[in-house]
Amino acid sequence: MWNQADIAARWRGWNERIDRVRGVIGPFRKRIALFFAIVGPGLIVSNVDNDAGGIYTYAQSGAQFGNTVLWTLIPMTLVLYVSLEMCSRLGAYTGKGLSDLIREEFGFRVTFFLMAVVLIVNLGNVMAEFTGVFWATDVLGINRYVSVPLAAVLVWGLVVHGSAKWVERIFLTICMVYFSYVISAFLAKPEWLIALLHLLPPNLTQFVPTIRPFVEVPKFDAGYAVIIAGLVGTTIAPWQHFYLQAAVVEKRVGPRQYGHTRNDVLVGSISCMVIVFFIIVCTAATLHVNGIHHIDNAGTAALALKPLAGKGASVLFAIGLLNASIFAASILPLSTAYVVCEALGFESGIDRKLGEAKIFYGLYTALIILGAGLVLFAGEHQANTILLWSQVLNGFLLPVVLIFILILVNRRDLVGEKVNTRAFNWVAWISTLAMIVLTVVVAYTSLHELYH
Amino acid sequence: MELYATELMGAKTYDVAGNYVGRVREFFIEPAEAPNRVSHYLLSRGHFQPLVAKHNQVASVAAGKMELSVSERALELYKPNESWLAVQKDLLDQQIIDTRGRKVVRVNDVDLAPFRTNGNVELRLMQVDVGLSGAVRRLLQGVVPYAVVRKLQSKLPQSAIRWEFVNLVEPDPLRRVKLRITHEKLEDLHPADLAEIMEHLSAAERQGIIASLDEETAAAVLAELDERLTTQIVEKLDPEKAADILEEMAPDAAADLLADLSKEVSEELLDEMPGQDADEVRELLEFDPATAGGMMNPDFVFVGEGSTREEVLEWMRGQELNFDQLDTIVLLDGAAQFSGAVPVARLLLAANEQHMTELKMQPLLSVPANADDKEVFELFDKYNLRTLTVIDNENRPIGTITVDDVVSKLLR
Repeated sequence: MWNQADIAARWRGWNERIDRVRGVIGPFRKRIALFFAIVGPGLIVSNVDNDAGGIYTYAQSGAQFGNTVLWTLIPMTLVLYVSLEMCSRLGAYTGKGLSDLIREEFGFRVTFFLMAVVLIVNLGNVMAEFTGVFWATDVLGINRYVSVPLAAVLVWGLVVHGSAKWVERIFLTICMVYFSYVISAFLAKPEWLIALLHLLPPNLTQFVPTIRPFVEVPKFDAGYAVIIAGLVGTTIAPWQHFYLQAAVVEKRVGPRQYGHTRNDVLVGSISCMVIVFFIIVCTAATLHVNGIHHIDNAGTAALALKPLAGKGASVLFAIGLLNASIFAASILPLSTAYVVCEALGFESGIDRKLGEAKIFYGLYTALIILGAGLVLFAGEHQANTILLWSQVLNGFLLPVVLIFILILVNRRDLVGEKVNTRAFNWVAWISTLAMIVLTVVVAYTSLHELYH
Repeated sequence: MELYATELMGAKTYDVAGNYVGRVREFFIEPAEAPNRVSHYLLSRGHFQPLVAKHNQVASVAAGKMELSVSERALELYKPNESWLAVQKDLLDQQIIDTRGRKVVRVNDVDLAPFRTNGNVELRLMQVDVGLSGAVRRLLQGVVPYAVVRKLQSKLPQSAIRWEFVNLVEPDPLRRVKLRITHEKLEDLHPADLAEIMEHLSAAERQGIIASLDEETAAAVLAELDERLTTQIVEKLDPEKAADILEEMAPDAAADLLADLSKEVSEELLDEMPGQDADEVRELLEFDPATAGGMMNPDFVFVGEGSTREEVLEWMRGQELNFDQLDTIVLLDGAAQFSGAVPVARLLLAANEQHMTELKMQPLLSVPANADDKEVFELFDKYNLRTLTVIDNENRPIGTITVDDVVSKLLR
């Protein structure tokens, strides 16, 4: 019998022949792969903001108030980043989704009612997405009764039959199309310096003599407050927090890789605001300047750009809107189904077969069918109401969810030392309070508008 | 007749004289004393400090009402105790492991059963409710009368797990000891099932379970777990414990695990391992994972081609062999070079006097250690292999690749 030690000794001679270069490249390649494995959720979540409801609000704000709404962008980016970062921190340090944590710490009943509200609010959002689909295809000349069902089928099939990795990759590539808004802004030829100037609060810059002639100070009336509230409500939606935390947990991000996620969230928030900046500047320079102060719908915004900035601008605008709407229509129902099922204890996950996770697939399908169906059979006037109400509901739910998050993220027994610093807490609580006030404003004025 | 936790919570409690004492806000089990008996009840009385009633002080219990067999003065004040398992706080809405169904579930409600002992009534935990009926009871708790709730939920599908199949998850090791939480039942599960269960838990909970499993089971589970999770777990373990677990793993699995860790941590663990094992693993780490060398296991069974079946069996019985290694036996010729492989099925059916060289598979298949992994996959597919030998450039065998490694790599 041969001695194993003999073999081992001869075998050691191999070491000299091993390719040392591989040893160097190997770990580097792995680090890049790891980075791409983690990055994504923050980008996706922030960029889905630019959906139909979002575009409508941004375009309307630009048309109605010109550059004077731009000062809200910097505070909004801050609040968006702060709230999303808290969620991703919770996900990375506890390893549990937001709805799981709420169930474990606040009990079944609270979770149940929260999930019921989330379902209704997200249904409203899904309807808004399909509204966006048909406005965009109207601009591009396709019949809405063809486009909406087609979009619904595409969205359902993409997620059920695609693999999670591929679905995310497609989404991220589609994010690149948002540059169409940037291009249409350039085609509209706005006054860039003046626009950039308006990023600072006009109430302050008006006191600087050299700048004063260029600054337009807004009137703080009811209409202005509503638009601000709408801007916030549409940018920072509750479902984003659930989705982000769930994605962080699913990617198995731990405390060590958390830095990547935080950067992902930061880049996502900033890129979202950059796109919003270009949209507002675009409509401010074309519609507002020419006296068009009201947009009936996002499609009208694209159409209105035609005579002013050429057909190219409006087509690009429509394409961007269509992509955003389909993109959001795929994420929202899926994320909602996950969140509800996990919290209430039903089987969930696209990797499960249809028969194993009936409630999960059922919820997901129902959200898409109801969302698309209700939109098709509602008239044009109702479509606007839907867009409006979906933002209002977002605004109602948001402070509630934020309060839950703030309570959880300050618990040492959950996140260890990574509880909020004093400064962070101040920023977060003040933003929550500000949003509650804004919510009340929006609710009041929307109801006023509806029943008038 | 059974009683649900949702019916017990908030129950008005009266002492033996009929005075109202308070409402039941929480109840506890003391696993050190009895594994499923409700040992203490927490009674809240508004602004006053809450009282505690012991299991031997309860005369009768019904939905919404409890009667004590002692007077209020005999009750003690409540003091928090880490050895008590609080049902409302630690069990309801938390995740537990169902060791019979082999999955992680969330507790909606708890089923209790009253037992008469010495004139008192003791409640015992019978089942944990994880289904729709428990959810409905929790939702309507305190809002709808108990009788109505009972009628409603009897029509719903029941889904419950018996208490003996419930394994609690508690990340804090000290508390685990106090609550007598052991994971013996988990060790009976297949490692792949246990790995899947662990994927559903949080990081701290996973850590707790691995820390309390024996090294052999832990090694088997870590080999099945997602590599990102495995990395996180091993990094937080004590180096000694981690090294013990690594020793139990096959060298190629250990090498895969160490490759994912940072250099310092993997060096630290290799230092803790006994010399020969550590060296083996270090050799394997030199290979690129996308080559034959990166997939092979250097622990394989080899015998001389001239030996007979009888001699080989005799020898194997004297060795401590892993079943995984036994699928194919590698043959060496007089110059210690690879001369063939004998599947154990042939060995089974052969006669005792037959020489190994008569039993080997044709054609002679082997791959060099630097062969591409795609080449390996194609060979496995073409020749329907279960094991493939890896050779060095002097035609000496240095390891074997088994079909389970191939399947794992292909699925990624």
